Amino acid sequence: MLNLLWIVPALPFFSFLILALFGRRFSLKTASILGAGSVGISALFTILIGISFISNPPENFKFVQTLWTWFNVAGFNPSISFYLDPLSIVFIFVITFVGFLIHLYSVEFMHDEEGFSRFFAYMNLFVGSMLTLVLADNLLLLYLGWEGVGLCSFLLIGFWYKDPANGAAAQKAFIVTRIGDTAMAIGLFLLVANLGTLNINEILTQAPAAWSQGSSLATAAALLLLGGALGKSAQLPLQTWLPDAMAGPSPVSALIHAATMVTAGVYLIARTNTLFILAPKVQELVAVIGAATLLVAGFSALAQHDIKRVLAYSTISQIGYMFLALGVGAFSAAIFHFMIHAFFKALLFLAAGAVIISLHHEHNIFKMGGIKNKMPLIYWTFLIGSASLASLPLITAGFYSKDMILWFAWSSPKGSTILWAAGLFGAFITAIYTFRMVFITFFGEQKTEISHTPGKLIKVPLVILAVLSLIGGFIELPGTLGHLPLFSGFVDKVLPSVHLIDENILQEGIFQIIAAITALAGLYLSYLFYLRRTASEGKTALHKFFYSGWGFDWIYERVFVRPVIFLANINKSDFIDLVYSGIAGTTSFAHKILSKTQTGKMRWYAMGIAAGAVITITIIVFL
Amino acid sequence: MNQVTLEISLALAGVLFIIGLIGVMVRRNIIFMLMSIEIMLNASGLAFVAAGSKWMQADGQVMFIFILTMAAAEVSVGLALILKIYSRFKTLDADSLNRMKG
Repeated sequence: MLNLLWIVPALPFFSFLILALFGRRFSLKTASILGAGSVGISALFTILIGISFISNPPENFKFVQTLWTWFNVAGFNPSISFYLDPLSIVFIFVITFVGFLIHLYSVEFMHDEEGFSRFFAYMNLFVGSMLTLVLADNLLLLYLGWEGVGLCSFLLIGFWYKDPANGAAAQKAFIVTRIGDTAMAIGLFLLVANLGTLNINEILTQAPAAWSQGSSLATAAALLLLGGALGKSAQLPLQTWLPDAMAGPSPVSALIHAATMVTAGVYLIARTNTLFILAPKVQELVAVIGAATLLVAGFSALAQHDIKRVLAYSTISQIGYMFLALGVGAFSAAIFHFMIHAFFKALLFLAAGAVIISLHHEHNIFKMGGIKNKMPLIYWTFLIGSASLASLPLITAGFYSKDMILWFAWSSPKGSTILWAAGLFGAFITAIYTFRMVFITFFGEQKTEISHTPGKLIKVPLVILAVLSLIGGFIELPGTLGHLPLFSGFVDKVLPSVHLIDENILQEGIFQIIAAITALAGLYLSYLFYLRRTASEGKTALHKFFYSGWGFDWIYERVFVRPVIFLANINKSDFIDLVYSGIAGTTSFAHKILSKTQTGKMRWYAMGIAAGAVITITIIVFL
Repeated sequence: MNQVTLEISLALAGVLFIIGLIGVMVRRNIIFMLMSIEIMLNASGLAFVAAGSKWMQADGQVMFIFILTMAAAEVSVGLALILKIYSRFKTLDADSLNRMKG
């Protein structure tokens, strides 16, 4: 069964090729069957492979399928081979399964759009690239997938390319992530130069032997890989592209900019965990960046009035939690939160998309309101997603995953009170902005007429994701509530687990109660502000500051963009070009002179021959 | 009877060659240019024969026969071309036949 692994990424690629080459001639029905069906069959295979992997695990919980050698240069021979272990199983499950639900949803959501088959071609290419990324057994193949998903992100953000603003957002996303990708590429060069291989397993076994704990090379390698992760996962200071990326269609935001691609950075760090453990300072930096990002993005989300931008900032903030977990060494907690986050954030984006198309493509939450009873199913699923995001205690999956991170932020040897407090405060902010969004969008009086009622293909994925957002957490219960470490037990087969200083059930319980109270307090505060009193948000300076995402765009515009434009304007006629245009000018000048001698008078030619002969003979005789 | 030395015959050949060359360069009538080329060919033939008699080798005379053959061929082609040119352009002035100027 495991030998069928290659089918999982191959199917979406195949369907991409068919759609890209012949998509124009296909009817909507054929295109949607190909587009969604291929991912659906991939998901089916993933589940079968997952079952076979769990029931009959291969040696060391690692399975490698080598398809062929990519190239072979001077002993450096990366292969096209897929690597399956508990970590990649979790990722391919989320990518194919959530991806399939989002494809189903897209069939209805994109029904009336121009370029229907183009949309599915891009989406399939994305799924294929993302699967390559997480299944790659060497970092070069991983990088191929990494760039592939970046390309699809660019194409899909700019899907409605007729509006120049969307094109600009796509370019911004591409260029900002490119900064991180460049750092990552340099990191790969450094690894090849020093270890002579890019195979992940070989790196992870050779690095501890070659480099000592905290050595400068290990630090540099970890730092450069972290650069790539920061760009892709929209963490400080490269987070500015994600809110603008919401220019793409809602299913794209759900799949790429919430559930899968933006968590590639988390995957990369978890995959190369040994390097980060070898560089404790960098790992500490990961935790600090995560904590800072979750606060910055949380405050920014408080002031947004575009529903998708609220969700975008909350995605940045939740990935901040995952980075925090990675930084304190709780790798399984980060992956657990990734999975749960994929469920509820995809749900929130899809439900938000359903609200948006029902209300004449209205994005502003202050122009929504009062649609709670008009669209009960969407209201309830959105509410479940929000509860999971705000981590309401006991019933939601988000509670279990976020609580795990908060507990490790405190109790892990690498954790600290400050990191824990930042995470806790972030959870409080999360509850406030989440329910601000819910209350303003669904309660109060109705401001926009409903123009469209979502159909079955939109509702079914919402219900499935809502169920997962509720029960998904029960596969990993903390010590205080029955202690069921199914998930972490599975993932910790290949990831280093946290060694707590002292396991104290009572202390863990107290922290859970604190976390639960924080979430409920945020909910209550939100209720007081946005439901009891009708929200009238002041236009204070602080509000503007948060609305602009802490002014990062403003600073980058002045520090990076304008100087470059200025320099480009000065050097409009590139001075290096002068050399080449000089050569061209001299040649054409010589041509003009010499063409004057082509008179067509034969006697001149004869004279030329005679003169040439005389000169040549003179030189030969007298020199 | 004085022996004709190599130097004298070579000098004669050189003079003939230069006369022919000057003829090609200064005459505008194609027939005269063709005749000048004949003089140049014969000058080189003379040089071959003189050199052959100096070293008592038959090669010089063999080369002259070659040149003679080639000159016959050249004249037949050249005269045919000249006839065609005249029937087409009604002139034998080489300078006015510069229509192929690039």
